[in-house]
Amino acid sequence: MQYAISILLSGVSLGGQYALIAIGYTMVYGILRLINFAHGDVFMVAGLMMVYLSAALPLAAALPLVLLLTVLLGFLIERAAYKPLRTAPRMSVMISAIGVSYLLQNLATYATGGLPQMYPEIPGLSATVTIAGVSIKWATIVTPFLVVILVVALTQLIHHTKTGMAMRAVAKDFETAQLMGIRLNAVISVTFVIGSFLAGVGSCLYFTNYQSVVPLSGALPGLRAFVAAVFGGIGSIPGAVVGAFIIGLSESIIKGSDWSVFSDAFTFALLIVILVVKPTGLFGEKVTDKV
Amino acid sequence: MLKIDNLCVSYGGIQALRGISLEVPDGKIVTLIGANGAGKSTTLRTITGLVKASSGSITWNGEELLGKSIDKIIGAGIAMSPEGRRVFADMSVLENLRIGAYLRNDKAEIEKDIQWVYKLFPRLEERSWQLSGTLSGGEQQMLAVGRALMSRPKLMMLDEPSLGLAPLVVQDIFSIIREINKQGVTVLLIEQNANMALKIADLAYVLETGNITLSGTGAELLANEKVREAYLGKNS
Repeated sequence: MQYAISILLSGVSLGGQYALIAIGYTMVYGILRLINFAHGDVFMVAGLMMVYLSAALPLAAALPLVLLLTVLLGFLIERAAYKPLRTAPRMSVMISAIGVSYLLQNLATYATGGLPQMYPEIPGLSATVTIAGVSIKWATIVTPFLVVILVVALTQLIHHTKTGMAMRAVAKDFETAQLMGIRLNAVISVTFVIGSFLAGVGSCLYFTNYQSVVPLSGALPGLRAFVAAVFGGIGSIPGAVVGAFIIGLSESIIKGSDWSVFSDAFTFALLIVILVVKPTGLFGEKVTDKV
Repeated sequence: MLKIDNLCVSYGGIQALRGISLEVPDGKIVTLIGANGAGKSTTLRTITGLVKASSGSITWNGEELLGKSIDKIIGAGIAMSPEGRRVFADMSVLENLRIGAYLRNDKAEIEKDIQWVYKLFPRLEERSWQLSGTLSGGEQQMLAVGRALMSRPKLMMLDEPSLGLAPLVVQDIFSIIREINKQGVTVLLIEQNANMALKIADLAYVLETGNITLSGTGAELLANEKVREAYLGKNS
């Protein structure tokens, strides 16, 4: 029983962390039809920045600064690596994204010398608590609630503000959105800013649980979050969240069984199954266009 | 007044416009007729800034538009209802109208204009909460026109508003275009349905493979032998 509770809790928490990354993938895809392969590495860089900044600054200053710098990083990546390719074929932009991904990993290797960096303890998140005889970190408990709050806020933004309306318009039709007076680049930047912010929050929660950051720390969580986004129907935010919780839970359950070494294989097998059975994912876009 | 002077546009080596000049005086309905590929849509798209010109000039009340960003051009009082309507299918009718007023911040006036559009198109009011992708073609065209009106344009450009619509609906759309014009909006209309367009136009231009080959009042072109032969069918 205790074992089941601990697996469930860590699964939900892991799912929440993947959800925060997956939203970034799905939003960027929704607007640019681009799989932003650098997104997982932005997540890793956020972790590293936390390591370095918390060594120099008090945590209360380091944490907001890390989020701010992560947002700035996402913004700059878009401006430098994707914006110049706006009219290029989609494949070129994707290759540019892969390039940025390796660049960030290499920079991280250069900065850390490839050695794992200890993630700082965040008071309130790192402390442990015992629930029903299971000892867990606060981060695990906080994650799902924080995810729900952020997702609700994001949905409000998308459906009830002018910026959100512009994002939905741009996601559907670049040209017509521009004819409404919407500035394409501004909307795309906002998308990257939101995605990077959520990845930054996700990295705080994730690395508090895993404790160390290496240059490849972003690769697998990034891929799993990407699988979650595809699973839920890429382009759909609720889809990404639901997909992430499913991936997180199944990963946690398998890691708790005798088959733990196969957990990633299972995740990707799940991706293959969903792509075969329902290529648009759980909440994939319905086409309502009428000619 | 919109004034186009010696405008050239090319797409990767193909010259779509070969130095056209035309004027759209304030308060008039001006139409541009021509066959597929003559450059009609390109002209409108260049005015909005969606397409870049290679040379020439487009001035709007004396101000050069070429080189300006699209949002600046729309903000200067030019709106376009694009070819194929392009309503935002998964937004409601009301949201489509609101997004048409994206550059405006005068909330009370926006609400007033929504009512004004609903008065012009009562069908849209009935379907206010419906997703616009579920509307009929004619209703979508009305929505595209209404959406463009929501920016309170001084110049309204319509790209093939009659395309694919039943004759009765086409008449509705054209009478609305007249109505909008009466309320003080200048109209630049592109049509393959030359007969309808020339009937309501004050001024008309014929575009052939990137050149303007004829111009005159709507009535003049309607009576012109060449136009009748090429665009109206001899006996119409």
